Amino acid sequence: MDNDLVDSDCTDTDFIELDHVEKVFDVRKKTGFLRRERRQVRAVDGISFTVARGEMVGYIGPNGAGKSTTIKMLTGILTPSGGRLRVAGIDPSRERTRLAHRIGVVFGQRTTLWWDLPLIDSYKLMHRMYRIPDARYRENLDRCVELLELGELLDVPVRQLSLGQRMRGDIAAALLHDPEVLYLDEPTIGLDVISKAKVRGFLRELNAERGTTVLLTTHDLQDIEQLCSRVMVIDHGRLMYDGALAGLHEVGESERTLVVDLERETAPIDAAPARVVKVEGPRQWLAFPAGESAAALVARIAAEYPLVDLSVREPDIEAVIAKMYAGTGTGSGQAEKAAS
Amino acid sequence: MVDGLRAYRLIGAMWIRSTMAYRASFAMTTIANFAVTGLDFVAILLMFSRIDVLGGWPLPEVAFLYGLSCVAFGLADLAIGSMERLGQRVRDGTLDTLLVRPAPVLAQVAADRFALRRLGRITQGALVLGYALGTVDIAWTPLKVLLMPVIVLSGAGIFCAVFVAGAAFQFVAQDASEVQNAFTYGGTTMLQYPPTVFGKELVRGVTFLLPLSFVNWLPAAYLLGRPVPLGLPRWVAFVSPLVAVACCALSGLAWRAGLRSYRSTGS
Amino acid sequence: MGSGRLYAAVAMGGFRRYATYRAATAAGVFTNTVFGLILVYTYLALWDQKPHLGGYDQAQAVTYVWLGQALLSTLAIGGSGVEVELMERIRTGDIAIDLYRPADLQLWWLAADLGRALFQLLGRGVIPFAFGALVFPVALPRDWGSWAAFTVAVLLGMAVSFGIRYLVALLTFWLMDGTGMTHMTMLAGFFCSGMVLPLNVFPGALGDVVRDLPWSALLQKPADVLLGEADPWSTFAFQGAWAVALLVAGRMVQSVATRRVVVQGG
Repeated sequence: MDNDLVDSDCTDTDFIELDHVEKVFDVRKKTGFLRRERRQVRAVDGISFTVARGEMVGYIGPNGAGKSTTIKMLTGILTPSGGRLRVAGIDPSRERTRLAHRIGVVFGQRTTLWWDLPLIDSYKLMHRMYRIPDARYRENLDRCVELLELGELLDVPVRQLSLGQRMRGDIAAALLHDPEVLYLDEPTIGLDVISKAKVRGFLRELNAERGTTVLLTTHDLQDIEQLCSRVMVIDHGRLMYDGALAGLHEVGESERTLVVDLERETAPIDAAPARVVKVEGPRQWLAFPAGESAAALVARIAAEYPLVDLSVREPDIEAVIAKMYAGTGTGSGQAEKAAS
Repeated sequence: MVDGLRAYRLIGAMWIRSTMAYRASFAMTTIANFAVTGLDFVAILLMFSRIDVLGGWPLPEVAFLYGLSCVAFGLADLAIGSMERLGQRVRDGTLDTLLVRPAPVLAQVAADRFALRRLGRITQGALVLGYALGTVDIAWTPLKVLLMPVIVLSGAGIFCAVFVAGAAFQFVAQDASEVQNAFTYGGTTMLQYPPTVFGKELVRGVTFLLPLSFVNWLPAAYLLGRPVPLGLPRWVAFVSPLVAVACCALSGLAWRAGLRSYRSTGS
Repeated sequence: MGSGRLYAAVAMGGFRRYATYRAATAAGVFTNTVFGLILVYTYLALWDQKPHLGGYDQAQAVTYVWLGQALLSTLAIGGSGVEVELMERIRTGDIAIDLYRPADLQLWWLAADLGRALFQLLGRGVIPFAFGALVFPVALPRDWGSWAAFTVAVLLGMAVSFGIRYLVALLTFWLMDGTGMTHMTMLAGFFCSGMVLPLNVFPGALGDVVRDLPWSALLQKPADVLLGEADPWSTFAFQGAWAVALLVAGRMVQSVATRRVVVQGG
């Protein structure tokens, strides 16, 4: 691919580059039988950030915050209304097909695989459509098949695959042409624990070995925790936070919950900074700051109380973000670049 | 262009393999396609069981019009007929998955749901055309013989342009996909009957505004030695390819505008 | 007691669901009008050649065309009524949920289809018909009695149409892939209802047969009532007989089919 040589204005540190990118939609709303009101909605309202080659970034925010609009602009599906946007030095909306060779996209809820055909047929199509050299295709396919455990699924029609199997199949389909960036939209939504672990393990390895840049949107904080060194929070079309996950917890004062099952009913557990928020017979719920180590806390409780079983619940993203706003007042921009 | 054709071929082949997963259903829908599209000719036969000429045209000549219209439309329908479902793809957001592929979207949408069952319409039209050619009274010259395939391909091109323009319109009005039926299915139905049947205004409209009459009315008038509709000169019979190219170019522009509006407004 | 209200509510729901697609309705009106235009010109040429063909004069033939366009989607002559959804529910197995509803399956879908038909009549049928009546010479009765009789005939046509489509939809229990069936129903619907050509123009024995099939209750019979070409009471009897026969057959097939579902456990 000679593309890699031409784009001299793209360095490794600003591999993905957004400079005051905006996206304004005209929305027509029905106000009466025939009357319609036109209204402008700023889905993305002046977002700027850069992503270096090889970074793994989580892109989170409530529904309708502007996450998928941003992804659609980054992949060339939508054209920005304002600002400057470059991916690998390419303006996505202008050179959509040229960019397509260099990016991989996985839409969590929408499979791009061929429903009635065996999985392998979809890969053969990718092979030819992206003009992947034979040796390269074989190598990439073998690797994906091995790491994503697709071996026995290749000859199964896609309609017979489970959701988790299909997601793994989709991820492989997005990677056969060696994309430099991989966009994932809710890659673990609806998957069981084992499938989630497989997908996450694979992405980690992909990033470590190939240096593939990964940008993912998710509702699952564990995805971020286990994969991303950096997280961006977007709401109302604006970047509210850009930094490490730990920093987000600090800003959002988020708490994890430790659910403890004891042998018998006891007085509420005393283990500051954790505090008991609920007691139900021998089961107690303790909230503790997300930044604290759960292991240390568990060790202390196990030493002092008759512990039978326990589990840790992660804070959900909506709660973290909601708290973040409560903590920062208007929230606009204050939290930007908090850590990092 | 080359990329587009290649993508079209690849995706079309995938759809053929997909339909072959349900062979029985494929056989049944192909037969149904043949029969449903043949109904119009049955209606014409029923009419001619009561009359000898319609609008001054006898059965073989009407069959000639019918065959040309059906085969031309059938070819366009086979090639890109699924574009009428574009609105659906815009509505459910699956168009996005096509936009991240390294191939022209038009080619991908055109090949979408490529269905060989549409050969049913072409077969049916070709049979009627064969019957017409066997019974109709044409003084064949080399030029006229040469004109035949040109007419059919030009007609297919004109209908393709209508399909593309219709799809472009669906970027703007996703729910109004039925509007294009009036021009595609309505168009081919109208062309099955002699131009003398219709009001002059209508004939003018489908000659100068939406040039459907170049699909068969004008060339057939020349071949059959009939007066050319609207008193046009005889050489208009040879203009069909140019009209087809112009229509395709215009609808290509409409498609671009439609896609641009999608990419600037989103779903 | 409340069951009448229940089905009225279901019918109202059917009406509203179709009413939400305004753009689609407008598009349908346009398409029906264009097809009406094309047909009117061919019929005018046909009746020009052979006046009083099938007992109609030219104005009656023109009226027949626009009636056809008005009733095409109302009576779902080519399919595409609620049976599409019913087939989908059978295919996906969701039908099992419907069986637990405290309502009769057939009446439920009949009510929903009547609601749909009523909307299609008002939303899609009236405008093309009015256009045709204003632009072309038509033969419309001036007495209220004929219009009332026509209304009854259309209502009976709705019942017959539903009866046919319900039976076909139930076949999905055995066939699973309904595409082929749908196409066949469309074929029969268009040809045998008189949509392609009035049935009274059909020659000889073919004409005799199609005029007695249930599909003729959809378009040909109501049209003949409105055009004063048929006696209303014997028309009602014909339509009613087919409606009852089809609905009873539907019930029987339904009970066999649902027993299958119960046995299979959904």
